[in-house]
Amino acid sequence: MAESIGIWIAALLTLCIYSFLYRDNPFYRFAEHLFVGLSVGYFTVLTIHQGLIPFAWDPLSAAFTERQWSGLVRFIPIGIGLLFFARLSPARAWLIRYPIAILIGVGSGLAIPNVMRADIFRQVHGTLTPFAEIHAGALGPFQIVGAILMLIGVISTLTYFFFSVEHRGVVGGVSKIGIVFLMIGFGSAFGNTVMGRVSLLIQRVDFLLADWLHLI
Amino acid sequence: MIEKLMNIDRRIIFILVALAVIIPSLLEVNFPITISQPTRSAYDYIEALPPGSTLMIGFNYGPSSFAELHPMAKAVIYHCFQKKIQVIGMTLLAEGATLGDEMLKDVAAEAGAVYGENYVYLGFRPGATQVLLGMGTAIDSVFEADYAETPLAEIPMMADIKNYGQIDLVLDLASGSSTEWWITYTNTRYNQQIAAGVTGVIVSQMYPYLQTGQLIGLMPGLLGAAEYEKLIDRPAKGTEGMSIQSFAHLLVVGLVILGNITFFIQRRQAE
Repeated sequence: MAESIGIWIAALLTLCIYSFLYRDNPFYRFAEHLFVGLSVGYFTVLTIHQGLIPFAWDPLSAAFTERQWSGLVRFIPIGIGLLFFARLSPARAWLIRYPIAILIGVGSGLAIPNVMRADIFRQVHGTLTPFAEIHAGALGPFQIVGAILMLIGVISTLTYFFFSVEHRGVVGGVSKIGIVFLMIGFGSAFGNTVMGRVSLLIQRVDFLLADWLHLI
Repeated sequence: MIEKLMNIDRRIIFILVALAVIIPSLLEVNFPITISQPTRSAYDYIEALPPGSTLMIGFNYGPSSFAELHPMAKAVIYHCFQKKIQVIGMTLLAEGATLGDEMLKDVAAEAGAVYGENYVYLGFRPGATQVLLGMGTAIDSVFEADYAETPLAEIPMMADIKNYGQIDLVLDLASGSSTEWWITYTNTRYNQQIAAGVTGVIVSQMYPYLQTGQLIGLMPGLLGAAEYEKLIDRPAKGTEGMSIQSFAHLLVVGLVILGNITFFIQRRQAE
C-alpha cells in the first residue's frame, strides 16, 4: 500500500515537471518548489548527522561527560567557523576575513601541487610518451597516427588560446586548426550530453509505463 | 515550407522525442551492443582481482543522474559479489547517501552478500578534499562509524582495511567533478588505482585521464552500464535503455540534418 502511494506521488510529480514542456504552469512550479525544499532539508539534516554530530558534537560531549579532554581542541575549528557569522554584524564583519583566509590558504596549499601533477605534468607526459614508444617501435600505424593527431591537436588548441600574439600568418593558420579540434571536442560533448539527457527520459518513461501503468 | 520548418513549434519536437522513446519501450526492441575498450579495461581489472580483494565505490551522484549511473552501479556491484570481492560504499555528495545505501542492500539481497563480511556502507561526510586525503591516512579518522552508526572497529570486514593501502581499486560513479578529485588527491598522492563511471555530460572531460593511465577504465553513461551488463552476461536496465536510446538518437540526427539543410537553403535564398 505504502509503495503504491509512493509510486503514485512520484508519477504525478513526474507529470507535473514534464508539463513545463507545454508551458510554465502552477503544477510545474509546485513540483519545482517541493523538490528544492526537500533537497535543502535533506542536505541540512544529513550534514548535521554525518558532519556536525560526529566531528563537533560527539568529541565535545565526550570531553565533558567522559573527561576525554583532547576533544576540547575542536573548539578551535568551531570558533573559526563561527566567525563566518560575523558578517551579520556590520561593525565586526571584518572578522570573516580570518576563516576565508584559512580556507583559501589550506585549499590552495592542498590543491596547487596535486593539480599541477595531475593535470599538467601527467598530461604533458601522456602527450609525449607515445613518441618514445614510436621510437622504440612499440606502436602500430593507427596508434602512430593517433599520437601525431593528439600532438597537433594540443599545440593548435593551445595556440588558439594564446592571445599575446596576433592571430595572423602561421599563428592564425595553426589556431584555425585548433578551432577544428575544439569543434570536434564540442561535437563529442554534445553527442554525449544528448545520450545523457535521453537516458533520463528513458528512465522516467520506463517508470511510468512499468511501475505506474503496468504496461510493460 | 522552409519558413515553416525553421519556425517549427518546439513542442512538436518534444512530442517526437517522447514518441521515439515510448514506442520502442512498448515494443521492447533489442539492438546488439558492442563493448568499448575503456569499459572492457574496467571489467578486466575487476575480473582479475582475486577473491578477498577490496573495491571502494563512490556513489557521487544524485537522483538527477540516477538513470545513467544506477544500472552501472548495480552491474559492477553484482560482479564484485559474484567474484567474492569486498565492497566498501561511500559518497562525497549528500544526495548520494541514500542511493548508495539502497543500491548495496538491493544487490546484496540478490547476490546473497552479507553486511559486514562482504560489504560495508560508510555513507557521507562533508568536505570532499579532507575526506579523500584523510582516508589515505586512516579510513576511521574520517568515518568512525558506518552509515548505520556502527563503529568501524566492530565490523569484521574492516578489521584489516585501514587506508588506501588495502583497497585494490576505487570506482567513482560521478555526475560532477568527483572523479577529478579522486585523481588529484588519491591517484596523484597515494597512487591509488581508479576507474570511473560517469554521466554522458562529463565523459568527454575524462578521456585525457584514461589516456595517461590516471584512470584504468571508464564507463560512459547508460552505454557503459549496457556494456558492463553484457560483459557479466546479465542484461538489465542499461541494455533495455540503450536499445531505446538508438531510436531517440536517430531522431536527433535526423533533426540536426534537417535543420542544417533548411539553414543552408534559407541562406542561399537570402543571397
